[in-house]
Amino acid sequence: MPRPYPLLAVALDGLGWHPAAWRLSTAPADAPFTPGYWAGLVTEAERGTLDLVTVEDSLALQSTRPDGPDGRTDQVRGRLDAVLVAARVAPLTRHIGLVPVAGTTHSEPFHVSTAIATLDHVSQGRAGWQPRVSFRRSEARLFGRREVPELRPDQLDTPAGAALLADLFAEAADVVEVVRRLWDSWQDDAVIRDVATGRFIDRDRLHYVDFAGRWFDVKGPSIVPRPPQGQPVVAALAHDTVPYAFAAGSADLVFVTPADAGHAAAVVAAVRAAERAAGRTGPPLRILADLVVVLGDTPSAARHRRDRLDALDGAPLTSDAAVVTGTPGQLADLIAEWHRAGVDGVRLRPAVLPDDLTTITRALVPALRDRGLYHDRYPGGTLRDLLGLPRPVNRYAPVPA
Amino acid sequence: MPKQIILAAHFPGVNNQTVWSDPAAGSQIDFASFTHLARTAERGTFDFFFLAEGLRLREQRGRIHDLDVVGRPDTLTVLAALASVTTHLGLAGTLNATFREPYELARQLATLDHLSGGRSAWNVVTSSDAFTGENFRRGGYLDHALRYERAGEFVRTARELWDSWAPDAVPGDRATGRYLAEADPGAFTHVGEQFDISGHFTVPRSPQGHPVVIQAGDSPDGRDFAAAHADLIFSRHGTLEAGQAFHADVRARVVRNGRAPDAVKILPGATVVLGDTDAEAQERAHHIRRQQVSPQTAILLLEQLWNRDLSGYDPEGPLPAHDPDVSADTISQGRTRFSRDPVATARQWRALAQEKGLGIRDLVIEVTGRQSFIGTPASVAEQMNHAVQSDAADGFILVPHLTPGGLDEFVDRVVPLLRERGVFRTGYTGTTLREHLGLPVPAPAGRGPVPA
Repeated sequence: MPRPYPLLAVALDGLGWHPAAWRLSTAPADAPFTPGYWAGLVTEAERGTLDLVTVEDSLALQSTRPDGPDGRTDQVRGRLDAVLVAARVAPLTRHIGLVPVAGTTHSEPFHVSTAIATLDHVSQGRAGWQPRVSFRRSEARLFGRREVPELRPDQLDTPAGAALLADLFAEAADVVEVVRRLWDSWQDDAVIRDVATGRFIDRDRLHYVDFAGRWFDVKGPSIVPRPPQGQPVVAALAHDTVPYAFAAGSADLVFVTPADAGHAAAVVAAVRAAERAAGRTGPPLRILADLVVVLGDTPSAARHRRDRLDALDGAPLTSDAAVVTGTPGQLADLIAEWHRAGVDGVRLRPAVLPDDLTTITRALVPALRDRGLYHDRYPGGTLRDLLGLPRPVNRYAPVPA
Repeated sequence: MPKQIILAAHFPGVNNQTVWSDPAAGSQIDFASFTHLARTAERGTFDFFFLAEGLRLREQRGRIHDLDVVGRPDTLTVLAALASVTTHLGLAGTLNATFREPYELARQLATLDHLSGGRSAWNVVTSSDAFTGENFRRGGYLDHALRYERAGEFVRTARELWDSWAPDAVPGDRATGRYLAEADPGAFTHVGEQFDISGHFTVPRSPQGHPVVIQAGDSPDGRDFAAAHADLIFSRHGTLEAGQAFHADVRARVVRNGRAPDAVKILPGATVVLGDTDAEAQERAHHIRRQQVSPQTAILLLEQLWNRDLSGYDPEGPLPAHDPDVSADTISQGRTRFSRDPVATARQWRALAQEKGLGIRDLVIEVTGRQSFIGTPASVAEQMNHAVQSDAADGFILVPHLTPGGLDEFVDRVVPLLRERGVFRTGYTGTTLREHLGLPVPAPAGRGPVPA
């Protein structure tokens, strides 16, 4: 069951989502390359009883250009592997969901599956995964294993662009399918430790996944026993029809980017239509709206921070998601309005880290609680429990007679 | 000062050396097991923790092998998590270079080095088997003869990537707005037989510069690979004579590669059984051997040598009278071959069984996997120190038979004696694994030396 109050997630990336974030951040400029920084962010998010954090990743260096480096020296460049960042903070936290990005185009599905399964074991059932499709040539060149045709953003709507994207998302759907089969390839009761027969496992409770597709084949079973959640949570960022369909067919959770409350209702309707078109049978997607947030004690303080950041970067902030510049109270009202419009919650992208995160945990969360819109404490359990998603039955387990 | 001993803690693996039937045997997958062993090793001021890797479950007679521990975590993910429950311990893992690409693995290892404050190490292995390849996009594509060629170029490429950011690439000067010292850091181009890649690496230079590189192969090619590329060798030569011969052979190869003779440290895998008296230790060792070789396991190990279905044989009865099947197909998959000359080995085993009057199980216990050090804590400390001081080893990778408490007793009872002898640290003096091992930080290519 979806819960009656909004889900609250925070997206972590570098020193924040504003390109000039590092200029105002209270953290050292090289903090994103240190473990203490990530530990501090995620434990702060947990103090605020947030439901989950996502950890961004990309194989290529950050750039303002659509493909390839941009030569700029005034913005954060460089990042660590997101799955390992999530694993590093897992033992330091107890309740919060950990959802790193990992790629579907160049990475091995087997490695992704075992890494996320391990993250779920390490975190005792709090792992998720945000699959990321990679269409850039610069990323393909890092691997040298496949040719990706050059594609500028303005070519995405051409037939060639649409065909490439459709292929990459179809491949991503295959990757998710394999990853999910591998998670189920051990039944929960596979380990029997039967001294009388000398058997550690009942091998009839392990299963080959025997996936054969257009891009790859994977035999299985996994090397990792079934994760505590059965199926860790799969999340997808989706802006349009093709990724909506991918989310509807493959994900548990979708991050969308409406412009306002009215648009949010329309996006929810589009996602639900994609679910029907995909013939989705499981629980409906949990829909979180992404918001970039620049917060301040007063509307003018927030405005001032936003102006300073824009001035430092030399350009007004632009984003695929809506940008909210305001007080925690204003943001709480907006979240309430969007929740009424049909989204299950929001994923906030703090403009500056850790500063805007701290404002979220220490001012926004109390403001939501005052409105009866957020929990006072974690209810306990796994990330699936937080999201109101049941633990799935294993697809390979025999159905009880 | 006497030579200092290097010690590592190997998380129990998925062969029959790991005893799961003992009441004290815990989970092979719960993170608490990994935490327990790592914290025990750190309490004992060990140099590093070691985790092996499997990428396909083992099979015997075409079915998943069920007699030993099955299932383990993803290596990198567990090591990253262990970085948060330890502060000094090195974190080493086996990572296969056949089923990974240099860009991604170099990035993950550099990440682990940052997340652990300079404690990462990589045991480089390659595999040419199509069986494991069935779990991967490329399948089993690598010719056996090219394994070390790929491994060598893989490590060279990884080092190019680790060197791609200058040590001072991120001034992060808020006053001037200069985040980077130079635009587009991490630029690299590598064109070789195995890899043709280019772009920009995303990870700034890590605390160790390069993670520590370990190698475990024993063939001449494997030894040459280690002599050229590795910092540590995980060796199988645990006895005094074999260890000394291996040590001498590797040193010669290291020198031929233009490196200092002690640039590569040699660490045999080793097992320890302790007792209050030597007799009690021997008794415990035999008990553990019987746990490691159940009746079913005895038959299975025999099948690996005979390469035949021997399921009809009585574990307490005599060995098969016929010779092993030496045709190409091996009955077991996902593990290395038992013997280079199965027929001769089988004949030796039969002769030994007849001479001592041993049935199959007792014979297998006799001829496989005897523990390296058995005795009182004082005796074990002395044997270990003697092996190190006489250059049969530079230290040991200890492989406990129990998860997760298998090294508790060693740390409590033997480590203090090694410290008393002045051959093992009483506390950590550095924070990185390179510092523990006395290895220099590699100079960034073309940038001159960096102070350690």
